[in-house]
Amino acid sequence: MRAIRVLGVALLTLGLAAAPAAADSSPSPEASGDSAGPTRAGTSFRTATEVEQGQTATARASTGDYLYWSFPADAGQRPTVQATVKLPESHAAETWQIDVYDGLRRRQACQYGAQTRKAAADTPSVALECVLRTVRAWSEPWANDPLPGTYYVRLTALRLSPADLGQAVDAELRVESKDMGGAAAVDGTLSEPLVPGIAARTASDPADDDDSPTAVLADLEPEDGWTSGWWSDRWIWTAAGGALAALAGVAGYRLTRGSGRPRGVPPTA
Amino acid sequence: MIRRKRPVAGACALLAALTAGLVFPAGAAADEPAGQDAPKVNLLLDVSGSMRAKDIDGQSRMAAAKQAFNEVLDATPEEVRLGIRTLGADYAGDDRKEGCKDTAQLYPVGPLDRTEAKTAVATLVPTGWTPIGPALLEAADDLDGGEGSKRIVLISDGEDTCAPLDPCEVAREIAAKGIGLIIDTLGLVPNAKLSRQLSCIAEATGGTYTSVEHQDELTDRVNELVDRAAEPVVTPVAAEGADSCAKAPVLESGLYTDREEFGQQRWYRVEVLSGQELRASVSVAADRAVRPDYGVLLRAVTVHGREIVRGEATGNGRTDVLSTGLRYPKAERDDDDSGKPAAEVVCLAVTNSFSADSGVKTTPGLPLELTVDVVDGPDGSSDVASFGLGRGWWLLGALILTGFVAGLLWGWLSRWRFAVWRTN
Repeated sequence: MRAIRVLGVALLTLGLAAAPAAADSSPSPEASGDSAGPTRAGTSFRTATEVEQGQTATARASTGDYLYWSFPADAGQRPTVQATVKLPESHAAETWQIDVYDGLRRRQACQYGAQTRKAAADTPSVALECVLRTVRAWSEPWANDPLPGTYYVRLTALRLSPADLGQAVDAELRVESKDMGGAAAVDGTLSEPLVPGIAARTASDPADDDDSPTAVLADLEPEDGWTSGWWSDRWIWTAAGGALAALAGVAGYRLTRGSGRPRGVPPTA
Repeated sequence: MIRRKRPVAGACALLAALTAGLVFPAGAAADEPAGQDAPKVNLLLDVSGSMRAKDIDGQSRMAAAKQAFNEVLDATPEEVRLGIRTLGADYAGDDRKEGCKDTAQLYPVGPLDRTEAKTAVATLVPTGWTPIGPALLEAADDLDGGEGSKRIVLISDGEDTCAPLDPCEVAREIAAKGIGLIIDTLGLVPNAKLSRQLSCIAEATGGTYTSVEHQDELTDRVNELVDRAAEPVVTPVAAEGADSCAKAPVLESGLYTDREEFGQQRWYRVEVLSGQELRASVSVAADRAVRPDYGVLLRAVTVHGREIVRGEATGNGRTDVLSTGLRYPKAERDDDDSGKPAAEVVCLAVTNSFSADSGVKTTPGLPLELTVDVVDGPDGSSDVASFGLGRGWWLLGALILTGFVAGLLWGWLSRWRFAVWRTN
């Protein structure tokens, strides 16, 4: 009994010890919550704040700042970036814009959504949206298609009056994505997602990963890791098609062959 | 029995304690990134005569700044090396030359003794001129040494009174000298001219400008900037691109920084093995007033001058940075070209088409940031589409039809065979 108790205490100690380790292993303290995202934004690609999809990131900033966030997007997803900026009580007309860049810092086009919007004088807030193209698993190196990896969002005032420079604003960012399924499957995959600095990360030994919190350019992965490109609903379609074809084959056979054997024919025939 | 088990239990407890010992220091060390020097922050406070004005929540600007500093000093993270420098704190006379030299280190950059720093701040009395330019130079010198991130937080309530030295150009020079030095500026109850000057200083170094009207805004902002300095960031490595591929430096995977003047070409080289993929992206920052149309071009060129792939970006309007990237998967080696060297040298050429009005200084060049990643290339297709899988109602229809026709034929065939067999 006593041995068991000691063992229990030992396990408990182990659990307590492991708890902070588990907390440390999360990419950033802000990212641990489900919907409460980081409360800060970066000021360059290098310092972009990482946001998970589905989280709401907030930031207090000044008019004229360039705010950067980054989020992971995987093949088959069609991300939508939404940003809201709460403007100060009195201001002149301002134009705000969100730009989305991929892991290679190439600008990505928005299919639709108000990417740029002009806020008339004294409007309390401005809402922006950008619906990206579907992220493909692979594309030619000469193409600009969105590929799985890190995506950067830059939010800034494009046109503003000098008197408004430095005025406090509150920005809010949310990224969600629609799963486009096997319709978006393409012929090929990347070996590694387009995550900046991934070569340095794969080169370093992953074993001593948890006790060296060295800074990395991008750390977040999609919720269930990067897809291997193996699974898609195409398997179901194809399998169902095969089964239906087999049934149709049996039906066709019965139609021409007739049912059963003619009487008098031995079963061994 | 119990005696026999005790050593096992003891071993378990020991193991747990050991694990805890291994894990807890790791948690504590998370604050101080391994392999990175401590971040340094220099607070640069304007103590000029105009700080006497009583327009921040009913108290004087100086009193608001002092209170904010006290709160910031309380909240400063342990690992940050914090220093305080003043400008215009000592010389009250009218001699411009003397007034423009008036900048002093109030508290040296180093481990923070909160009481000492607070006592030093309490002694400040609004006095003299506003020599922002010279003070920035000195503040940058205070931060010298170490590889950690460096940040100057400038708090001022009036524009520079020491022309012709333009603080904006000073900031640009400072940024060009040191890697990763950022100047953030805060304007106390600013007018349009001060806003412009301070935001120019901030933009020259990739920092931010905030205008402050209330004391709590000041505290929050300075706290946030100090916290931001404490966040671990990747420090880029200085590289110097050449004007042709032959002389270009060879880069490995990593993050690099360089300077590129208007219309200049910068060349770098990267070695890519067969079956590897080169990923490169480049950002050219507009750290000064540039004309509203601009572009950046990144080309991957063979040593013989053939262009492999390019990334290009153009832009219009206000921007901090313009960036583009490219990807070059090098094909696997065939057996028959074993005579060729295993690694191919790929030349990366960066050009920009930023331009500036006359009167804007063109040196130092625009800050350039280059990331290079050489990863394993894709090894053949493994995507579902290439397995021959399909989807959609047409596919289903086609399969059913084929199956049905095959069934019909087979049925007809077996009936015919049976008829033949019967006649036999």
